[in-house]
Amino acid sequence: MTAITDLGIAALRDGVRDGSFSAREVAEAFIAAVEAGRALNAFIVETPDHALAAADEADRARASGAHAPLAGVPMGIKDLFCTKGVQTTAASHILEGFVPTYESTVTAKLFAAGVGMLGKLNLDQFAMGSSNETSAFGNVVSPWRRGGDATALCPGGSSGGSAAAVAARMVPGATGTDTGGSIRQPAAFTGISGIKPTYGRCSRWGIVAFASSLDQAGPMARDVRDCAILLGAMSGYDPKDATSLDEPVPDWEGNLSSSLKGLRVGVPKEYRVDGMPGEIEALWQAGIDWLRDAGAEIVEVSLPHTRYALPAYYIVAPAEASSNLARYDGVRYGQRVTPSQGGIHEMYAQTRAAGFGAEVKRRILIGTYVLSAGYYDAYYTQAQRVRTLIARDFADAFERCDVLLAPTAPSAAFGLGEKTADPIAMYLNDVFTVPASLAGLPGMSVPAGLDSAGLPLGLQLIGRPLDEQTVLNAGLAIEQRAGFTARPEKWW
Amino acid sequence: MSAYRIQGTTGEWEVVIGLEIHAQIQTEAKLFSGASTEFGAEPNAQVSLVDAAMPGMLPVVNQECIRQAVRTGMALGAKINPWSRFDRKNYFYPDLPAGYQISQLYHPLVGEGAIEIEPPDAEPKTVGIERLHVEQDAGKLIHDQSPSQSYVDLNRAGVALMEIVSRPDMRSPVEAATYVRKLRSILRYVGSCDGNMEEGSMRADVNVSVRKPGDPFGTRCEIKNVNSVRFVQAAVEYEARRQVDLIEEGGRVIQETRLFDQDTGVTRSMRSKEEAQDYRYFPDPDLLPLELDDGFIAEARASLPELPDAKRHRYVEALGLTPYNADVLTAEVETARWFEALLAAGAAKQGKGEAELAKSASNWVTSDLFGALNRIGREIEDSPVSPTQGAELLALVADGTLSGSLAKQVFEIMLETREDPGAIVEARGMKQTSDTGAIEAVIAEVLAANADKVADYRGGKDKLFGFFVGQVMKAMAGKANPGVVNELLKKALG
Repeated sequence: MTAITDLGIAALRDGVRDGSFSAREVAEAFIAAVEAGRALNAFIVETPDHALAAADEADRARASGAHAPLAGVPMGIKDLFCTKGVQTTAASHILEGFVPTYESTVTAKLFAAGVGMLGKLNLDQFAMGSSNETSAFGNVVSPWRRGGDATALCPGGSSGGSAAAVAARMVPGATGTDTGGSIRQPAAFTGISGIKPTYGRCSRWGIVAFASSLDQAGPMARDVRDCAILLGAMSGYDPKDATSLDEPVPDWEGNLSSSLKGLRVGVPKEYRVDGMPGEIEALWQAGIDWLRDAGAEIVEVSLPHTRYALPAYYIVAPAEASSNLARYDGVRYGQRVTPSQGGIHEMYAQTRAAGFGAEVKRRILIGTYVLSAGYYDAYYTQAQRVRTLIARDFADAFERCDVLLAPTAPSAAFGLGEKTADPIAMYLNDVFTVPASLAGLPGMSVPAGLDSAGLPLGLQLIGRPLDEQTVLNAGLAIEQRAGFTARPEKWW
Repeated sequence: MSAYRIQGTTGEWEVVIGLEIHAQIQTEAKLFSGASTEFGAEPNAQVSLVDAAMPGMLPVVNQECIRQAVRTGMALGAKINPWSRFDRKNYFYPDLPAGYQISQLYHPLVGEGAIEIEPPDAEPKTVGIERLHVEQDAGKLIHDQSPSQSYVDLNRAGVALMEIVSRPDMRSPVEAATYVRKLRSILRYVGSCDGNMEEGSMRADVNVSVRKPGDPFGTRCEIKNVNSVRFVQAAVEYEARRQVDLIEEGGRVIQETRLFDQDTGVTRSMRSKEEAQDYRYFPDPDLLPLELDDGFIAEARASLPELPDAKRHRYVEALGLTPYNADVLTAEVETARWFEALLAAGAAKQGKGEAELAKSASNWVTSDLFGALNRIGREIEDSPVSPTQGAELLALVADGTLSGSLAKQVFEIMLETREDPGAIVEARGMKQTSDTGAIEAVIAEVLAANADKVADYRGGKDKLFGFFVGQVMKAMAGKANPGVVNELLKKALG
């Protein structure tokens, strides 16, 4: 018999509903896996009681005939989502000990659907990072290793705890957030699926803000169907978020179809960057072939402003972050350093110096600089213009195709410490994911193969605004043809 | 009247004034949260998660605040921008929980407009409005509760303000004060701000510079948070004098922010331009641009009341009031409301047109009612006498039931007891009498008792006629119809 922890969201949901196993058994199996996986440092806080309570509720409800849609399904929650009564840190010391009195809209929706929480997942501090090494609570270690090599690898970031926990079968699914690739890149690095929906699909209310115009929640899970299920439970209009979209939530799971007959898949030529590893180029070609095999027509398209996306992103995101993070001042909550002398400004300075990590400080400095008088037009205004051009590139491309196919990241997972000395090299990880973020488009990474060292590689699908269905369907077509069954060998 | 000039040792100087008025929008909830805005609550009793800038909290604009600001813009004859946007103004201070104030720098809700002012003893003039935008108020710091710490009260944090920026069109302290009064009056007519300066619902930042008449503008200083009309006037007077003296002593005015000390009447430096913060304004990414549709704008326009200028003209043109009465009756919205209720009730009671009654009614309000309210220290909105009661009193005079002096007595009783005048007249038998028999009898008594004075009168002392009238009225406790008394006395004295 398959171990319960090998089952995904759909199987667990159906199994509990059909009585193949109890929700309690499911919760206990995953709680044990969480405990056994502590070497990965994927969790900042474990919440077995929450998972068990939800499971018992699910079992009671099943007995009485009332069944919530995700009853008996446990999940991990990225520690960027405020959870009522459970410490929420954004992986920063400045929020250490902060226990919200409120529940984020997304987690409230999941819990209302019957989900139980196994714990709060580690991440890059304030979601700023691509390797999980900026967490104040130590980096997550990827469950994956290169063949015959015990070098510790990063799980990607910022949703690295979510990715590692899903890949290591500690959770069947997790919430992530994606500002410039924080769902898609770690999904690719750990051989799982993850989707960032259209900006505005998931409410940002109760999610610690990094860059408000880019932040978007989404699910990370083993496969495309599981992502469709979770995305359905997380999405929906929220009047408490002014940027939330007042659009109906489609039945993504019900409408899943891997037949792509009549669909045009665009291949953006500008994503063929210099120095791209041959393995990634080959995987991309394989993806093209699989989609053609599924009935799609392949067209080459151009996104001419792609090369300006990364610089524009690294102006807009830090600018917003520098303002969003001003509230962490030690006055009302979180950590405070009280200086022996000096007034309020000295208290701010010392609190923030002690509370924020180096990468967070770097981005606050960049953001403060690009917004300052005399530089604003040259940086921020210009970056916003680029953003408009990038969105127009996509709109033009979608005149000629229905969905875009590209690699998710320019490489497989790298070793811990390999890129920390060079922020630019680290930022380059986002080169393929950032454009869709700037344009607010849905983007998904699906595992598609392994590199020569045996590490997973992902392919990315980018869709029209609100057309998550086509993204999911194309992802499903790849999933079915890639036959990706690799999983990390358990060493922890 | 000649222009306001400051006499310096080098000649005459002119003062140039521009005002930024912060007016709290009169709504139940804050600009971006559902928290209450009521004045006087316990500290931090009216603070939502958004106001406290808790992690992950998001602003959602309160439509009513926008509607009120749009109506205000319309009342200022200003251009309403159907597309505007909120920006963040970033700075660190404990009264600003998010570390930024949500305001509108680049694309304000309301553009250019103008208002007419009529400073006392001077020509009316137009003051240009540069813009009106909507923004959040900050919280309050309390420094006197502890020797080492400051307390923060966030009740005001996030309350909606309109910032109304004038052009530098004012040229005297009185003009500045008149402008503030006029703006306050308009806001109160519109109902977008209660104009209560003591409670901080309205504050002025006063920009002052001086120049030799005809020269280009001088360097200005901004006096922050002046909280009464009187202080605006005093602050301009002091600051203009200070600048003139400074320049004439060979100094140079530096652009800076100053504070007005209410106790000493002087302004002092708060921070110079060099120390000014870089607020790093940028569009708030949590909020979408504000787009007003035609229906919203039309509804706002349709909801505007008659404004003070239009009302004043109508009172003079259509109701025939003196300009002075029209001015006094329209200055405050409550007064106009009271007066119009009085007219309406009077017209109904007497079956006459409002225009027929307006003149006497306006005289009664501006002299008798205002005098009484002044004496008992009440505002017209809590007058012990209602407009309906006032109308009844005037009707009793008009139909001859009450003489002028009886009416005054009845009014005094009304003020004290809040009873209706009809009931007072009835219960206390205060009706004026025209009963000639009764009056003739009293006249006969008075003349008999004052035979000497009768002789004097008949001998040519005409002035004694008033004495006899007084005696008769006194004997009849003021209830005799004075016209009838006059007539019968003349006959009796022959």
